[in-house]
Amino acid sequence: MIKAIVNVYLKAGVLDSQGKAVHHALDSLGFNSVEDVRVGKQIVLQLNETDREKAMSDAKKMCEELLANTVIEDYNIELV
Amino acid sequence: MKVSILQFPGTNCEYDAEYAFQKLGADTEIIWHKSETIPQDTNLLVVAGGFSYGDYLRSGAIAKFSPVMQAVTTYANNGGNVLGICNGFQVLTEAGLLPGALKRNEGLHFISKHHHLKVQNSDNIFLKELSDGDVVNIPIAHHDGNYYIDDAGLQELEANEQILLKYTDASGNIQNPNGSVASIAGVCNKNKNVFGLMPHPERAMEVVLGSNDGINMLQGFFES
Repeated sequence: MIKAIVNVYLKAGVLDSQGKAVHHALDSLGFNSVEDVRVGKQIVLQLNETDREKAMSDAKKMCEELLANTVIEDYNIELV
Repeated sequence: MKVSILQFPGTNCEYDAEYAFQKLGADTEIIWHKSETIPQDTNLLVVAGGFSYGDYLRSGAIAKFSPVMQAVTTYANNGGNVLGICNGFQVLTEAGLLPGALKRNEGLHFISKHHHLKVQNSDNIFLKELSDGDVVNIPIAHHDGNYYIDDAGLQELEANEQILLKYTDASGNIQNPNGSVASIAGVCNKNKNVFGLMPHPERAMEVVLGSNDGINMLQGFFES
């Protein structure tokens, strides 16, 4: 079993309204050192696979076809 | 005139669409998403609004893999007329039948109210009953209606007259409720047979319910 952790977030340059709202809230709490906030989502995949290369290429395909909308989102994959 | 209306789990505007098109004199049929075909005699395919698959992952993201979507893509690629309203617009962008994507509204709120829209390009079957510059009053009801397309894509939309409608005030001045790029409320594909918009013309069929401007919008599909 290989666990793939997929992070999906809006592309740089695409306005992240949720990130902006969280940033604003942190600011009002006094956390003034925050420069920027991006809100994304994490999808954790348990893959019935032992070949790490295959696991990575499968997870990448899943991102391209479903998990991310590449018009507005970027993703990264971490295998653990 | 035969209008086929798609129904996914979570669709909730299929009966409004049926009411609207029947009022205009069409025969209608509601097509469950498990169907692998759409009726042969379909003149217009409507992807109705709602919350297909609970908007899980992203609005419209799961619906694009429903069995019926293969038939929809074939129908569209063969020149068939397709209209996606609200969640239907989101499904069509996710399926790659329309350019761009719909993001969470800029203000993060669900917006439900009447809004004015200005016709940008009426040289297509959908808006041909209207003229460029006309302003209509149509309900909007969405959380993810913030249209996004990159600069190159926007230029292409403009060059090909693919921008159908923009959010405005009653006088036609830009008034953007949700953060959409260029205040865009609706677009079509390059071939001008696939149309998508966030507002609900099918809910604007009766003056007593606030507006009947939807009649002029939907009538375009009826060949005179």
